[in-house]
Amino acid sequence: MVYAFLIHTLRAPHAEDQGLCRVLYSCVFGAEKSPDDPRPHGAERDRLLRKEQILAVARQVESMCRLQQQASGRPPVDLQPQSSDEPVPLHEAPHGAFRLAAGDPFREPRTVVWLGVLSLGFALILDTHENLLLAEGTLRLLARLLDHLRLLAPSSSLLLRADRIEGILTRFLPHGQLLFLNDQFVQGLEKEFSAAWPR
Amino acid sequence: MFTTGAESLLHQAREIQDEELEKFCSRINKLLQKEDFGPDTVDSLQRLFFIVSATKYNRRLEKTCVDLLQSTLCLPTCPEQLQVLCAAILREMSPSDSLTLSCDHTQNNRQLSLVASVLLAQGDRREEVRHVGQHVFKVLESRQPEGPSLRHLLPVLSKVISLAPSSLQEDQTTLFSKRLVDWLRYASIQQGLPHAGGFFSTPRTRQPGPVTEVDGAVATDFFTVLSTAQHFTEDQRLNVQAFSMLRAWLLHSGPEGPGTPDTDDKSELEGSTLSVLSAASTASRLLPPRERLREVAFEYCQRLIEQSNRRALRKGDADLQKACLVEAVLVLDELCRQEPSFLYRTLSCLQALHGRLRGDPAYVRALLPLARFFLNHGEAAAVDSEAIYQHLFTRIPSELFHNPMLAFEFIQFCRDNLHLFSGNLSILKLNFPNLFKLLAWNSPPLTSEFVGLLPVLVDASTAVEMLHALLDLPCLTAALDLQLRSLSAPSERPLWDTSLRIPSCMEAFRDPQFQGLFQHLLRTKASGTSERLTPLHQLLQPMASCARVVQCAEAVPILLQVFFLAVTQFADGALISHLALLLLERSDSLYQVPGYEASMHRVLSSQFLALCKLKPSLVVELAKDLLEFVGSVSDVHRRASMVTSVVWAIGEYLAVSYDRRCTAEQINKFFEALEALLFEITQCRPSATLPKCPSQVITVLMTTLTKLASRSQDLIPRVSLFLSKMRTLAQRPAASSVHSEEDTDAVHTRATELLNLLKMPSVAQFVFTPSREVCNPRYHRDTNTALPLALCTVSRLVEKEAGLLPG
Repeated sequence: MVYAFLIHTLRAPHAEDQGLCRVLYSCVFGAEKSPDDPRPHGAERDRLLRKEQILAVARQVESMCRLQQQASGRPPVDLQPQSSDEPVPLHEAPHGAFRLAAGDPFREPRTVVWLGVLSLGFALILDTHENLLLAEGTLRLLARLLDHLRLLAPSSSLLLRADRIEGILTRFLPHGQLLFLNDQFVQGLEKEFSAAWPR
Repeated sequence: MFTTGAESLLHQAREIQDEELEKFCSRINKLLQKEDFGPDTVDSLQRLFFIVSATKYNRRLEKTCVDLLQSTLCLPTCPEQLQVLCAAILREMSPSDSLTLSCDHTQNNRQLSLVASVLLAQGDRREEVRHVGQHVFKVLESRQPEGPSLRHLLPVLSKVISLAPSSLQEDQTTLFSKRLVDWLRYASIQQGLPHAGGFFSTPRTRQPGPVTEVDGAVATDFFTVLSTAQHFTEDQRLNVQAFSMLRAWLLHSGPEGPGTPDTDDKSELEGSTLSVLSAASTASRLLPPRERLREVAFEYCQRLIEQSNRRALRKGDADLQKACLVEAVLVLDELCRQEPSFLYRTLSCLQALHGRLRGDPAYVRALLPLARFFLNHGEAAAVDSEAIYQHLFTRIPSELFHNPMLAFEFIQFCRDNLHLFSGNLSILKLNFPNLFKLLAWNSPPLTSEFVGLLPVLVDASTAVEMLHALLDLPCLTAALDLQLRSLSAPSERPLWDTSLRIPSCMEAFRDPQFQGLFQHLLRTKASGTSERLTPLHQLLQPMASCARVVQCAEAVPILLQVFFLAVTQFADGALISHLALLLLERSDSLYQVPGYEASMHRVLSSQFLALCKLKPSLVVELAKDLLEFVGSVSDVHRRASMVTSVVWAIGEYLAVSYDRRCTAEQINKFFEALEALLFEITQCRPSATLPKCPSQVITVLMTTLTKLASRSQDLIPRVSLFLSKMRTLAQRPAASSVHSEEDTDAVHTRATELLNLLKMPSVAQFVFTPSREVCNPRYHRDTNTALPLALCTVSRLVEKEAGLLPG
């Protein structure tokens, strides 16, 4: 199953010295068992740890994406031109996977599957031995759905419309369960979603 | 760009003060208390979610607000958007000790799912996972006819068993297995009805037809995830959910799974006997639930394999077919593991599948789970899996190294299934050149994987070849790039860096004169020979600074260290000598990637010392080669670290105590060679083209000369003379213009120390050629034998003496 889904910024190589990699949205599907922390602020520390773990993964994805773009001679992701009407060309988007060893940063070893779209990075943090083909497909699907909602355009405030991302996740990745959805099934679910969400 | 807008919003959210947040919360409280679900509330909750999630530190929301969020979530009249927002905010705050949320307050399954998402995020501090699991299960078993929307609950159950496998009891597991059988096997094969139409809907004149396959044909058998329709019924949705969680469930409820107690063993045996006896699936209805589930899972997978052979009309479906194929093979693998009687039925099917897929590059990723299946079960079924491995290891990496996901999955396959190669790792070891291709092209994600894999690949028979291959890894990257460019058709999308134009390299690649070298570099199997690829280093120079090559070059130092760690575990004396010699040779012939030579010299020099430490007699054994090395160093500044290490090793290990074959003649020869080198270094004037030699090289040369003199004492006068010359040289004003003050000081101090020691030859011998026992800590703790004390004493004595002498 999926442990977490996150969306973060991908900065151009020259912009690395300015600012930091920001996690714009993250959803953790059921947390691993917290260590027994009798101290008064155990819960807060727990949350802090989770947020930092997610940020650590986001930074790794950002550098993997940047290295891949450099190696293939493509322009950095966030400088790619995007005309507002065309759908995002997902089949050419940089993508990849890498493993996170146990303890670094999660207690269990996990695998990350990532996708770079315009200036955003999408990542799924999976438990080991998941079906990576399905995970890749799901990630592309999520990016496509968010694109249909015009949430990937730079002007849009994805940050303030997180409920739409949540709504999509409850249908297409409920509780982190990767689903085998054929095309028409996806269309049906998408229609249902847009009917349930007022514009 | 995204960043600037997002940055300012994030700053704003983080800078909101507590009082402001309180005011905002009380506004929200009012809206929620009134049960106002309009756009204002939505907007406020969206902002609240952002504020809470924007910072990693806790945002304290007042109790009333949190309570209202929880109660709103469970209201029957609350629209979905607001429910989702409330759940999201509560989840973002998690883990939190102030939640009073419980599954009992929910009105319907969708709410239950949302509440579960909050509770499961609490980190299981109060057994929330088990409670959620039990509650969900109660709802599932309340035997409501397929609705309302049981599909919201299956993912919750799946998550519960992955977080806390012992949450369900044995009878609950059995019951759920039964229901899974229903959902997987008996979903309707008629298409669903569209939702009740609006004002203008026409009366239903036609019943919806049967579901279709992905190629448009009418469905031939039961419903699966690859069955398409305009609209889907509830049980068909449950079918999709059920298959999506099937593999995890089988693992959980299998014989070794945590959900099975020991009493199951007996019924297991009976079940398997039954399966063997009953070839037809009709008799399988008599099986107990878990065995029935396995039977149904088996049929489902067989059907998926058949369905994936059809030509899908839509691209999305074609992609799904591949994912389904992988999953089907994985499930079959697990089924055969749990019940070996499945093996006989599965083998022929999967062998046929392998035959079908091996020629199709689009399905290459499905070959990995297939190979794993044959690794797992091939022996039991007396299948000759050699051909499968050959194809897997020989062809796939060399043809498809440029596919990043395949490369990752391939190496993951190697790492995760080492135990299945049943002690016969030769196929992995022999094909290491092919595996290196995956690394050379995709070094950032695969370097850490190779740190784990490389020790397994290292073997005494291929160690030397592997060392060459590692040192030439960036060269391999360049060659792979050229191979791609020359092999691809003009219409294909380029997989290489199109901004890089390298006509000379392309020409060299096609030149028959260099065919042999390129072929050796691009070989798929260990050849047992080592070719010197120096001509290629020069030919490929234009590509040395391209990004992919540089990335690969950065990975090599780490892997070299892993290699040496592994090889020294089992290497015998001959191999160690051979490797040490290789280090020296290759340090001068490396592909000139920017920064590569410097980092390699650091690693090679430290590894050379490690080898010497492992086998001190190395120095005497390789005396001839070391002499040659020392004598032929023309540009010391470029190879400073190598020279330092070699010279130090000579000083340390060229002694009879380490190897009886060490003769006085050898010591003299080395002395002369090193003296000549030191002379050369100190005499030559640095210029713009020839930077100065690091003072460390000078000091180590002086020390080594002294060490050698302490062993062959008639050399002492020569050394003393030289050292005093060095001391004078260091003090001269001309020297300080060339070297920094630190450097000249270092040289001066060292020369003085050495001179002092040489005045007492027996002490010098003790200091410079200590017996092995000196490694014993006692020698350094005992005040009578501690070396620093001895040195200190000697210096004082000598200085006092010097004070008594004139001049």
